[in-house]
Amino acid sequence: MTKTAKKTSSPYAGRIAARGHFRTLRLDTPFQPRIDALMKQNDWYSWAGYRAPASLWDEELEYFAIRSQAALFDISPMVKYLIQGSDAEAFLNRVTLRDVSKLRPGRVHYTAWCDDEGHVLDDGTLFRLTDDAFRLCCQERHLPWLLDSAIGYDVSVVEETEEIAGLALQGPTSFAVLRDAGFEGVEHLKIFDLAGFDHQGGTVTISRTGFTGDLGYELFVPANLALSLWDRLMEAGQMRGIRAIGYTALNRARLEAGLIVANADFTTAEHALRANRARMPDEIGLGFMVDLKKGHFNGSRAIEAARKTRKLGHILVGLEIEGNIPAEHAIVYHNKKKEVGLVSAAGWSPLAKRNIAIASLSRPYGDTVNDDLWVEIYALRELKYEKMMKRAKVVERPFVKLPRRMANPPADF
Amino acid sequence: MKTWDAIVIGGGHNGLVNACYLQRAGLDVLVVEKNDWVGGAAVSRSLTPGFLYSNCSYVCSLFRPEIMRDLELPRFGLQVIAYEGGAVFTRDGDYLANYRDHDAHRREFARFSKRDAEAYDRYARDVTRQCRFIQPLLMRTAPDPTSLKPRDVGELMYLAKKFHDLGPSQMAETLRFWTMSISEFLDEYFETDVIKANFSISGIIGTALGPMSPGTAYVLLHHYMGEVDGSVGAWGYARGGMGAITKALSESFQASGGTIRIGAEVDKVLVKDGRTTGIVLANGEEIRGKLVISNADVKRTFLKLVEEKELPDVFLRRVKNFKIRGSSGKVNIALDSLPEFPALPKDAPSIRGDLHFTDSVERMERAYDDWKAGRWSADPFLDMMIPTTLDPTMTPPGKHFMSCFVQYCPPKVEGRDWTDADRDAFAETVISQIADYSPGFRDRIIHMEVRTPRELEAEVGLTEGNIFQGELTFDQLLFNRPVPGYAQYRSPIGGLYICGSSTHPGGGVMGAPGRNAAAEILRDLSKPTRHMSPAHDVI
Amino acid sequence: MTSSDAQQQVASRWTARHDVIVIGGGHNGLVCAALLAKSGRKVLVLEAASEFGGGARTEELAPGFRVSSVAHLLNRLHPDVVKELDLEKHGLKFAPADAVPSVSLSAKDGPLTLTGAYGEGLVGASSAEAAAWKDLRAQLFRYAGILKPFLSRRPPDLRGKMSITETLALGQTVLALKKLGKEDMRDFLRVILMNVADLLDEQLTDNRLKGLLAFDAVLGSHLGPRSPTSLLGLYYRFAGEIGGAPGSQLVPKGGMGSVVAAIADAASKAGVVLRTDAPIIKILVENGRATGVVLENGEEIAATTVVSAADPSTTFLDLVGPRELDTGFVRKISNIRNHGDAAKLHLALDRLPEFAGVDAVGLKGRLVIAPSTDHVERAFNPSKYGEFSAEPVLEITLPSLADPSLAPDGACVLSAVVQYAPYRLREGWESGKPKFLKAIMGALEKHSPGIGKTVRHAELLTPADIEARYRMPGGHWHHGELQADQMLMSRPAFGAEGYSTPIDGLYLCGAGSHPGGGVSGAPGLNAARRIIAMERQS
Repeated sequence: MTKTAKKTSSPYAGRIAARGHFRTLRLDTPFQPRIDALMKQNDWYSWAGYRAPASLWDEELEYFAIRSQAALFDISPMVKYLIQGSDAEAFLNRVTLRDVSKLRPGRVHYTAWCDDEGHVLDDGTLFRLTDDAFRLCCQERHLPWLLDSAIGYDVSVVEETEEIAGLALQGPTSFAVLRDAGFEGVEHLKIFDLAGFDHQGGTVTISRTGFTGDLGYELFVPANLALSLWDRLMEAGQMRGIRAIGYTALNRARLEAGLIVANADFTTAEHALRANRARMPDEIGLGFMVDLKKGHFNGSRAIEAARKTRKLGHILVGLEIEGNIPAEHAIVYHNKKKEVGLVSAAGWSPLAKRNIAIASLSRPYGDTVNDDLWVEIYALRELKYEKMMKRAKVVERPFVKLPRRMANPPADF
Repeated sequence: MKTWDAIVIGGGHNGLVNACYLQRAGLDVLVVEKNDWVGGAAVSRSLTPGFLYSNCSYVCSLFRPEIMRDLELPRFGLQVIAYEGGAVFTRDGDYLANYRDHDAHRREFARFSKRDAEAYDRYARDVTRQCRFIQPLLMRTAPDPTSLKPRDVGELMYLAKKFHDLGPSQMAETLRFWTMSISEFLDEYFETDVIKANFSISGIIGTALGPMSPGTAYVLLHHYMGEVDGSVGAWGYARGGMGAITKALSESFQASGGTIRIGAEVDKVLVKDGRTTGIVLANGEEIRGKLVISNADVKRTFLKLVEEKELPDVFLRRVKNFKIRGSSGKVNIALDSLPEFPALPKDAPSIRGDLHFTDSVERMERAYDDWKAGRWSADPFLDMMIPTTLDPTMTPPGKHFMSCFVQYCPPKVEGRDWTDADRDAFAETVISQIADYSPGFRDRIIHMEVRTPRELEAEVGLTEGNIFQGELTFDQLLFNRPVPGYAQYRSPIGGLYICGSSTHPGGGVMGAPGRNAAAEILRDLSKPTRHMSPAHDVI
Repeated sequence: MTSSDAQQQVASRWTARHDVIVIGGGHNGLVCAALLAKSGRKVLVLEAASEFGGGARTEELAPGFRVSSVAHLLNRLHPDVVKELDLEKHGLKFAPADAVPSVSLSAKDGPLTLTGAYGEGLVGASSAEAAAWKDLRAQLFRYAGILKPFLSRRPPDLRGKMSITETLALGQTVLALKKLGKEDMRDFLRVILMNVADLLDEQLTDNRLKGLLAFDAVLGSHLGPRSPTSLLGLYYRFAGEIGGAPGSQLVPKGGMGSVVAAIADAASKAGVVLRTDAPIIKILVENGRATGVVLENGEEIAATTVVSAADPSTTFLDLVGPRELDTGFVRKISNIRNHGDAAKLHLALDRLPEFAGVDAVGLKGRLVIAPSTDHVERAFNPSKYGEFSAEPVLEITLPSLADPSLAPDGACVLSAVVQYAPYRLREGWESGKPKFLKAIMGALEKHSPGIGKTVRHAELLTPADIEARYRMPGGHWHHGELQADQMLMSRPAFGAEGYSTPIDGLYLCGAGSHPGGGVSGAPGLNAARRIIAMERQS
C-alpha cells in the first residue's frame, strides 16, 4: 500500500521566479488598478492576503448602492478549487453535506463540509460547470483535505485562486446592467443558475448568486480578462448607478440576509485551537444541508450520532433586539442572569428598520427555550460604557426577504 | 564568620533568577561564580578587540515573561530584538524562507508545494494545541507520582483533568505526539523535504537525538514555547548579546541587596549531620550558609561537590545514570564585512534571522549518525545567525559577529579526548559549509572562536558541553528530571537545592528552573511568595 | 459440474447461514473464529491462500526441505488462547524441556548462552556479569509483568466507555505499580520509554549480552537500540510466555504450521467452516453497516458480522474503500507506518553447520549474530535511508534439529530473521537482493566458516517478498510498526483502536490491532471477547 500524496510542486524555474513575493505582503487582485482609482478613503484590510477595500468612498452610500442600485464587489480573494473527473460528483458527495447528484450542470448550491467528528471545516458555494467539472468557492484553504479525500476517486483537484478573478454584481439594477453590457440570455438565469458568456474571446461564468439577499450575480473570469470585464460593466451601468463597494457595506447587507461568515460567526474546525469551539452543521444553522439519505459522507456518522443522542450543544439564531443600539459581541442572557450565548454579528438594518443580530446560544436556549432572552450591550460613548440590558427575540433568518431576489424574469429597474 | 541565608553556586541565568527571588523575599543571598564574569552560558564576551560574542547561547525566546517582569529586567537594560526572518538554503541554489507574515509564509511554501502551503495552518494548529497543553507545566513543580501527599496527589489530579479536558480525539493525538519523531510527525503534514527539514530543526537543537528519533516531536514544543513580547514562538536577540540577560539579572540582584563574588570556584559543599552548612572554595576559604543552591548540573553538584558518603545509594545510582550528552559545538566568528549569500535577494529579511544549510531530514539524520559513531558530523547541521544585522552595538561599525551553532559534535572523539587539531578540523567543516553558500566568506574572517564540548565544559562547567544540562528524553522529563524522587529541586541533603537546567522543565534560557526552585525554597522556609508572579494563564 | 461451480453452490448454501465471516486464516483469524464459534455463532473463515496460517506456515523450501515461513520461534502464544481453545487436546503440547537457549555469537570472544526461560542461567560470562544480569533480568521481568495484563485486554477507552471489569483491571495495574514499592515504581516510570542501549549500559558490561538484548528489543521494528522507547520491545518480548514460563521460546515441531494446524483443528471442531482459496476483494457496506463480503470470483457472502484479520490498510483502504470512510480516518490509516524492516533467510544445507564453541544444545536454540549494541545500531543506520548494512544482524535457528522430518537425512534447514532490511530499498530489491544475500552469507561465514559451500538452496524473503507472498502490505509482521505511538489506543489508529471500527458490524482481529504481532493469538482473542460484549449490548 503506498501513501497517495499528489505532487503539486512547481517546477524549479517557477520556484525561483516566485521568490520576490516577500516584497508585497498584500497581493493585488486582478481588479486592483480600477479599485485603486476609485479608492478615496485608503481604507484597506487584508482579506486572505489580498489588499481589499473596507470602504471606498462612503460606507453608507456603498450600502445603499447594494439595495437601490448596483454594487460591484471584488471577490477574487475567495479560495477557488476546480474539481474535475468522472468521479467528481461522487467525490463531492462524500466531501460535502448536500446531495450533489441533485445539482444539475448549470446550477449552484450553497453547501458546507465537515471533518470526521462532524465539525464544519468551511461553508461555500459549489458550481456545477459540467457533468464532471465543479468549482468550489470558499473562505479557507483546504487543498490537503481535498486531495486526501480524493484517494480512491478518479478526480483532480486544482487550486485556482490566483488564476480566476471574481466579481459580485448585486442590487436591483444588476440584471439591467448585465443585459445592457450585452450578456445576451442572462435574463434566463433563475436563482442559482449559472451559464458561460463570451467576453473578449474568453468565457465569463455568470451565476445568479450573491451574498446580499438581493437580486444579484457573481462573475468569474480568467485573470487576464478581469479589467476589461470591469470596464464593460462600469460602462453599461453608468446610468443605473453602478458603484464599487467595500466590505463594510457588504457585511451589513449579508447580516440583513442572515448569512453567516466562516471564522466570524463560527470557528472552522481546522482553525479551532480549543477543540470545544468547533461546531456541527446543526449548531450553526446549516442542519438543512445534511442529507443522511444520500449515502456516506464525511462526518455523517458523527452527525447522526449527535442527533440521536442529543449531543448538539449549540444553536445559531437570528435575534431581533429592542432599540437601535448595535449589540456586536454582546453576551446573551436568559432571565437577565444566566449566560447563554454570544452575538457574533449585529447592526441596525436600514431596510427592515430593526436592530438585528446573529448569535450562538447554548441549547436549549434558542431551541426550545426562547422567552426571556436578553443581551447586555456595552456602548462606549465618550469614554464611558453605557451598559444596558435589552430584550431579544429569536426571529427567522433572513431578516429581510426581497421578492426581487427570486423574481423571474428578473426585474428591469 | 558571617552565615549567609543562602549561597547560590554558579552565576548562570538560573542561579541568578533563583538568587533574585530569594533576595527579594528578604534573604541575604551570596552568589559565587568561578569565572571572572557572571552569566554561565548566557554571556557576551569580548574575545577580540571591539567585538562582543554571544559565545554560548545565542538567541532569546524561551525566557519566561513572568520572570522578566518580576525581576524588572527591562529596567535593568534588557532589550530583545525580534528576528525578521530566517531561511534554509537548498543545494539547488534556492532557499526556503520563513516569514513572520502568515500569507508570505504560505506563498513561500507554495513555491515548493501548493499542498504544503495549505497544510501549514493545520500543522500550526496542532502544534499550538500541544504547546497550550504543556506550557502551563513549565512554571509548576512536577508532582511525585509515588507520593500520597495531598499536594502531589492534587497536582496529579490537575494534570489528569487537564488531559481529560482535551477530549477523546485530542487525547489520542497527544499520546501519539509525545512519542513520535519529528520526522514522522512532519510526514503527516508535508511532502517537501526542505519544508520538513525547516521544521525538524526545533526538534533536534540541543539534543543527542536525530530527527528520526522518537520523542523529538516533544523537543519541538520545548523550542516553541517561548514568547517575545507576547508573540508566542517568536525568537529574538538580546541587544548587546546574550550577556545582556545575565547582566540585567545580576544588576537586579545587586539592586535588591544581593552579593556576587566572581573568581570563586567552589570545591565542596559542606555537610554536617545530613544538612549543609556552607561551601568551601577552591582556595580553601570556607563560607557558611544556611542554604546552598546549586546552579551546576546534577552530576557536577552531587558527584563533584558533595561527598558520596553523604548520599543514599539509590540517589547516587540515579545521578550517575543521568544522561548528559554533549551533542553540539559552537563557532563564533568576527567578520570584516557582512557575508553575501547570492541565493538570497539583497532585500530579503531572512539575513536578519536564523540561517541553515541542511535542506533534508536525511542529511540531518546522517549528521546524527556521525555523532553516534563518536565523530563530529562531516556534513553538520548549522543554526547560524548574524545578530549584528539588528544590533550594531556588538561590533565596530561595518563589522559583524556571526554565531554558528553546530550539531553534531561529540563530547569525545571516537572515545578519546579532543585535541586542538580535532578542534581545527571540526571548525573547517563548518567554515567550508558556509563558504559553499557564501563566496569569499573565508576572506572576511577576522577572528574565530571554536568551541567543542571540551571548551564548553571547561569554561562554563556544562558536563560534556550539553547545553540543556541533561537530555530531554522521557526518562528525564517532568517527575524524572533530574532523578525520580528528587524532581522538586530538593536533594537528600537538608538545605541543599538544585536550580539549573538539569531540573524541570529543562534547558534553554528560560529561567523557569531557577524560579521554580526559589518557590520551593520559600515554601520550605514558610516565606511568602507574593513577589513571584504566577504562571500566565493559557485560556 | 466444474469444481468451482460446486464450490459456488456450496457457498450459496452458506450465504444465509453465517453469523460471522472472518477474513484471513492466519493464527489471529483462526483464534477469533474459534472463540466466536464456541460462543454459539456460525462462523466462516475465508483464506486467500490455499493454506491457513498466513505468516505462520510450514512450507517447502526445496525438495525434502520444509521451513516455517515468517515466524520460526514460538515465544508468546497467549495462555488464555491455549486454555480457551484447549489446544493441548488439539495436539499442541509444551514441556519446559522444549525451551531452547539463546546464544549470542561473537567471533572475538566466543559464544555466550542464555539458558532456561530466557536467561535463567548465563553461560560464558563472568560471575560479576552473571550477577548483574540476574538483577536486570528480575527487574525486566517484574516490569514486563506489570504490563502483561494489557496483552489480553482491550486498550483503555479514551471515550470513557469502559465496563466495570475494564475499569477495575486498570485499577489493578495501579495497585500492582504501588506494590512494587516506591523506589522500584520510580525506576519503572523512569525507564518505561527509555532506549534499551542506555539501560543495558547502566547495568551490564558484556557486549555479547548487551548485543543480544538490544537485538531482541528492536527485532521486527524500525528502531535502533539507541532510539528512545526501544526498551518497550523487550517488555513486549518478556510479557510473552510459553508453557507458563515468561520469556521462554521453542522451535515448534513440524514448524509453525503445526501450531496453526492445532488452532485450525480447534476452530473446525468448534464448528467453524474453513475455506481456502477464497480471496476477498470487497467488504460490503450498506448504510454504514458491514453486510458481507465479495470474493474475487464475484461470489457474495452475507453475514451480520465481518471480522478482518487482514492488516488495517488492506481492510480499510482496499476492502472497505475510502468512500465509506471519513477522510480524517483514511488519513490516519494511510499514516500507519507499516514498512517492514526485517527479512527472512531460508537455507537448505547439506549438513549441520558448526558454530565455534556452540554445543549440540546450543545449536537447537537460537543463534544470534549481534555482537554488541553498537553493532546493532550501525546495522540500523542505513535502513533509515533505504539501504542495508554490510554487516547485518540476525537470529538463526536450525529447525530440523527439533524436527528431523523438515530436512532429508543428514541435511539441515536453516531459518534466520535478518534485522534491518528496508521495505523500500533505494536501489530496488531486484538488484539489491543478491548483494544483501552476499552480505548475510558473509556474516554467517564469519561465525560458521565453510557454511556457504554447503548451501544447496537459498531463499531470501525481503519485506517486499513477504508483502507479496503473505498479503502483508509493507511486509511487516506486526502489520504496522510496534512503537509507542502505534500502541494501545493508537493501534492501529484512533477510531479503530478497540477492535470495533467506524463501520458497524466490522471488526479487526489481526496483528495491526492491540497488542500487536508475533504468534500470540492475543488480538484474535481480544477481538472475539469484544465482539461478544458488543453484540450482547445491542
